[in-house]
Amino acid sequence: MFNLFLLQLLNGAQFGILLFLVAAGLTLVFGIMDFINLAHGVLYMVGGYVMAMMMGATNNFWLSLAMVLPLTLAVGLVLEVLVFRRLYDRSHLDQVLATFGLVLVLSELVRIIWGSAPLSVAMPEILSGSVPLAGPVRYPVYRLGVIGVGLGVALALWFVIARTRVGMLLRAGAANRSMVSALGTDINRLFMLVFAAGAMLAGFAGAIVSPILSVDPGMGDSILILTFVVIVIGGVGSVKGAFCAALLAGIVDTLGRMFGPIILKSIMDPAAAAQAGRTIAPMLVYVLMAAVLFWRPAGLFGRSVAR
Amino acid sequence: MTDLSQALAPARPRLAGRLKLALCIFALMAAVPPLAHALGEPFLIVVATRMMVFAIAALSLDLILGYGAMVSFGHAAYLGFGAYAVAVLSRAGIDDLFLHLLAGIAASAVFAALTGAISLRTRGVYFIMITLAFGQMAFFFFVSFSTLGGDDGVALTARSTVLGMPLLQGAQGMFYVTLALLVLVFAGLYRLTLSRFGRVLTGTRESALRMQAIGFRPFPYQLTAYVIAGCLCSIAGVLLANQAIYVSPAYMSWHRSGEMIVMLVLGGIGSLTGAMVGGLVTIALEEGLARYSEHWRLGFGLILVLVALFSPGGLSGLLRRLGLGRDAT
Repeated sequence: MFNLFLLQLLNGAQFGILLFLVAAGLTLVFGIMDFINLAHGVLYMVGGYVMAMMMGATNNFWLSLAMVLPLTLAVGLVLEVLVFRRLYDRSHLDQVLATFGLVLVLSELVRIIWGSAPLSVAMPEILSGSVPLAGPVRYPVYRLGVIGVGLGVALALWFVIARTRVGMLLRAGAANRSMVSALGTDINRLFMLVFAAGAMLAGFAGAIVSPILSVDPGMGDSILILTFVVIVIGGVGSVKGAFCAALLAGIVDTLGRMFGPIILKSIMDPAAAAQAGRTIAPMLVYVLMAAVLFWRPAGLFGRSVAR
Repeated sequence: MTDLSQALAPARPRLAGRLKLALCIFALMAAVPPLAHALGEPFLIVVATRMMVFAIAALSLDLILGYGAMVSFGHAAYLGFGAYAVAVLSRAGIDDLFLHLLAGIAASAVFAALTGAISLRTRGVYFIMITLAFGQMAFFFFVSFSTLGGDDGVALTARSTVLGMPLLQGAQGMFYVTLALLVLVFAGLYRLTLSRFGRVLTGTRESALRMQAIGFRPFPYQLTAYVIAGCLCSIAGVLLANQAIYVSPAYMSWHRSGEMIVMLVLGGIGSLTGAMVGGLVTIALEEGLARYSEHWRLGFGLILVLVALFSPGGLSGLLRRLGLGRDAT
């Protein structure tokens, strides 16, 4: 039982790390630019597809992964210049309309180019084994790698945000955009940078998850909503909050699906427990979010200022 | 001075224009079945029915989004409550449309009152996201409901009956009942938004602080509007289930909620006619483009992006800027 728990805890952490990679860019876009971007999940999907395409062309995992970064960065820049830049001053509703349209356009383009059938990406030889973990339990190296890389990215982000000049401007921008602009910083360049970096992180997440899950046109949608949940639990604009909330959401979701039915079985009859477990498990993350917002209406690390 | 008197004049003429536009739409819609028969395209009646169903849904959302500035991203849940009310009751042998409507409305009222009371603690983006969370909870509840088909949904055996008569069986009957309900919902919301209640709600949209300063607590008004919007949307759900003779959790997915917001923004918010036009046009576009290509989402998405970029205020804004239908907001 303990081994199972440990295994699921790691799975939850790995899922959480993935959520964090997607959420980090989105929470900055959200917090600094006050911009609702429904198309962020599509960038995650594009990352997965670019990875699959490069793997098909080169059959080299590391080279493909290295190519994903500049390509998704470029996609992010193009979208920023063509669409997002014109929407920063507009209402949330116009932003929802435009980015909802972009989701449709980009998902359909992906379907036209690569078809709707799921694609799979081979794992690199060196990471395909598993390592022993506490007695008889073994854990796949690749998933440990994902956790490690995610922690590395989180650390790097923390360094950039807390210790560099750009990071200082980001923090200042999240607190008061117009003041930063008035003090002589080119806020539009900053926006472009944040947006492109966020796109690259989301694409990177899509690329590294492709050997574990398959790449399909619906993958962006399913992660987008969870990403929003993570951002809101953590507090809009806070990367630290996104990190904590992503791990929390990943672990709660994974453990809930596994142990929810087991725990329920001890208090009700098995058939009802199985049904109730299936019903409650996918809701847990949303219950968590509603509960957090009930007690802290601006998220765990959010500043409680009304915009 | 003329500026001031214009600003102070009651919005009467504008409202009259709005009513005229609505009446034109109703008249046009009423002419669809005979026209479709004359053209030998009875399929159009089905499309028009779906258009009107979503016009009702968009109208209900306009009450909270357009008049109350409460951007709900979970409104599709109420569509689902209406649809599942039909599925559950007809399985229990109750086929009457009014009872289906009543059950859908009751379920929606309870859900909206509970979740609305919690959601209204938050503001802005957080409100959008917490309503999304509640919508997803409702979605997953029905996805895992295996006795009602779970993920796959459930086919109905027959459409609802009206006072024992199979009025909805034919496409034409279904169409006119939907039209009648659309007119009723529009008329009800029109009266409601002009009433004292509607004025207070609009006031909280402009500034909750000022409303408090003149002695209104926004919360009860906002919550009441939230509940009314949910109830009205469940009417669309009951109709949707009847039109498709099929109920599935896909009706309540976040995509649907997003689509409803898109309808509203496309048509123009806070005018009721804009919402109605948005609902009608969105479904017409979807169905129309889908007949040309399986990749219709590409064209539809492009249209949405272009409208958002170049036409603030949606279609109503476009009409205004073209100098047409100055009263048509």
